[in-house]
Amino acid sequence: MSALMTPEQVDMSVRVGGLMLRNPVMPASGTFAEGLAQVFDFNRLGALVTKTITRELRAGNPLPRVVESPSGLINAIGIPSKGVPYFINDVLPLYAAYEAPLVVSISAPTAEGFASLAAELSIPGVAAIEANISCPNIEEDGKAFAMSPQATENVTRQLRAATGLPLWVKLTPNTGNIADVAKAAEASGADAAVVANTILSMAINLKTFRPSLGNVMGGLSGPAIKPIVLRQVFQCARAINIPVIGCGGISTAADAVEYLLAGATAVQVGTASFIQPAAMTTIIDDLKAFCIQREISRVSDLIGAVVVEEADEVDVSWVDPVQ
Amino acid sequence: MNSLDHVSRTAHWKPTIVAERALIVAHTAVNGEYRHLIVECGDEAASALPGQFFQLLCPQPAGEQSFLRRPMSVYGVDPARRRVEFLYKVAGVGTRGLDTLKVGDTLDLMGPLGVGFTLDPGLRNIAVVGRGAGLATLAPLAGACRARGIGVTAILSARRPDLLMSIELFESHGAEVITVTDSEQTSGPANVERILRHLISQDRCDAFFTCGSSRLLRVQQRLAHEFGLSGEIAMEQQMACGIGLCHCCVRDFNVKGEIVSKRVCWDGPVFDMMQALP
Ligand SMILES: Cc1cc2nc3c(=O)[nH]c(=O)nc-3n(C[C@H](O)[C@H](O)[C@H](O)COP(=O)(O)OP(=O)(O)OC[C@H]3O[C@@H](n4cnc5c(N)ncnc54)[C@H](O)[C@@H]3O)c2cc1C
Ligand SMILES: Cc1cc2nc3c(=O)[nH]c(=O)nc-3n(C[C@H](O)[C@H](O)[C@H](O)COP(=O)(O)O)c2cc1C
Repeated sequence: MSALMTPEQVDMSVRVGGLMLRNPVMPASGTFAEGLAQVFDFNRLGALVTKTITRELRAGNPLPRVVESPSGLINAIGIPSKGVPYFINDVLPLYAAYEAPLVVSISAPTAEGFASLAAELSIPGVAAIEANISCPNIEEDGKAFAMSPQATENVTRQLRAATGLPLWVKLTPNTGNIADVAKAAEASGADAAVVANTILSMAINLKTFRPSLGNVMGGLSGPAIKPIVLRQVFQCARAINIPVIGCGGISTAADAVEYLLAGATAVQVGTASFIQPAAMTTIIDDLKAFCIQREISRVSDLIGAVVVEEADEVDVSWVDPVQ
Repeated sequence: MNSLDHVSRTAHWKPTIVAERALIVAHTAVNGEYRHLIVECGDEAASALPGQFFQLLCPQPAGEQSFLRRPMSVYGVDPARRRVEFLYKVAGVGTRGLDTLKVGDTLDLMGPLGVGFTLDPGLRNIAVVGRGAGLATLAPLAGACRARGIGVTAILSARRPDLLMSIELFESHGAEVITVTDSEQTSGPANVERILRHLISQDRCDAFFTCGSSRLLRVQQRLAHEFGLSGEIAMEQQMACGIGLCHCCVRDFNVKGEIVSKRVCWDGPVFDMMQALP
């Protein structure tokens, strides 16, 4: 091809778990709210994703709720929630004005709780359910459902039966076998897997000898976690046939391209919006520019296009002799 | 839907909060602790109102790292010359980084953010009570009051007389300034209460505007209750996003007897003084 492609020639759309998205860039749950509507036009995004809501009214965790870490942020916000009626009456209408599909993130202490909440929220205006199964729950002794394939299988099956909407499940990076968890989610009816949530971590204040967070432990996000989550996206994308949505430390289009190459069909951007509020639209513009420069006519051509020379399995035995 | 009607529908969309690189036009030490920074910026930033703030992406000082932006109140704003001013205390890694900026450098700032002060048309005279960095937050009120013909008495508090700031700025806008300090033992709640009672008795205090001291907040709440006056307070809390996304800067407020959690960055930082819990 001789002449440079024009922006109109780049097809930015992707199909993710039952939805056709204008482009592959959307916010990560808990890092997106109406405040950003003063920064850019929400219709530019591939999708909109709400903060996780619960049926129970929750106050959230004690302060301090965040602490900085090199190239990252540890948060223990908890899931402050004003419940379902508030969400339906006060939050949902805010997003009705936009064409970008609305993905509603939900959590519950039990698999039954997840299912009933998904059913109640399968209403007009909601385009997909993202089940945040990466939070501690009652049934699994405080462990997140997504820590184990069995618990993931159980909760996903019940969710699948409860909603006809596209069902995305959000996995935790804190498990030793994320590809197995992703397989369990696929086998029990998930339409996509979001990989991943924050990495469990901690910081201690040297002035006070106390943990820096009110909740003692929190979740690490931001550029610091990108290489880890990118590896997990690669592993999951190889293991399952449903789309993987990459989420972890994406702050530039280059990060997004890496995730697409590793096998993600779309990406979620979280902490980067705290540093550059227009990070998502900048990523969309730069992603298009990347495609033009590399003469890639469809952004979806990047998905899983990483070139790995090994014929089949990548050898990680040198990292952990047990494997 | 085709992409053309998307464009036509959103072509006139304009942001009201922007992140931009502003040019440093002045940066001076006010005293051992505080710096006065003036930047040249775009129209949106230069439309900031008293009580609003910006999130500054501070440069990294040698050998140290910060990750988040740092919130700073608008200390002054000049829409005609597109300038915003800050008055900040060198406290930790972020503000140490700010301190390295030189005239001609750029600073990534994001704003204007939050809900600022409201000056009811009925107000004739107000009392402004500030301490420490709180003075920076309250200072732009003086100019706004002058423009509306509202009289201002500013009670400025500090540890020592040499740490008092903004006296000339308040005076240049016609405010009467009363200074109180710890070293002169005039800054205690009892003395400030005495001063405020005197102002009230002379009909020179229709409302309180305060920032920077919980002890003085309690005095003003008590007086406001006793005399049926109103008040506003600018509050601080550690922030991450600054635009209401992350729920890290929440505080509890007493709203008609009910404890309500609000985001300082988005619902404030200026709140009804009577709802504030110290
Ligand atoms: C709305 C608002 C307006 C402010 N306006 C001013 C101002 O005009 N002038 C001024 O000198 N200071 C102001 N502050 C306080 C200022 O933001 C902090 O002093 C600054 O963030 C300290 O950062 P650091 O990295 O230098 O210190 P560090 O102590 O290293 O900061 C570590 C962390 O604590 C947070 N933090 C530390 N002190 C405070 C504080 N007092 N309030 C909130 N977060 C804090 C920092 O943001 C950072 O996340 C304001 C704070 C808020 C919330
Ligand atoms: C302040 C904050 C709040 C979050 N809240 C939620 C949440 O409510 N539900 C959820 O599924 N993930 C939540 N997350 C995790 C993010 O959605 C995302 O998975 C994680 O931050 C990694 O992406 P990032 O590095 O781009 O931020 C939160 C993250 C942060 C930083």
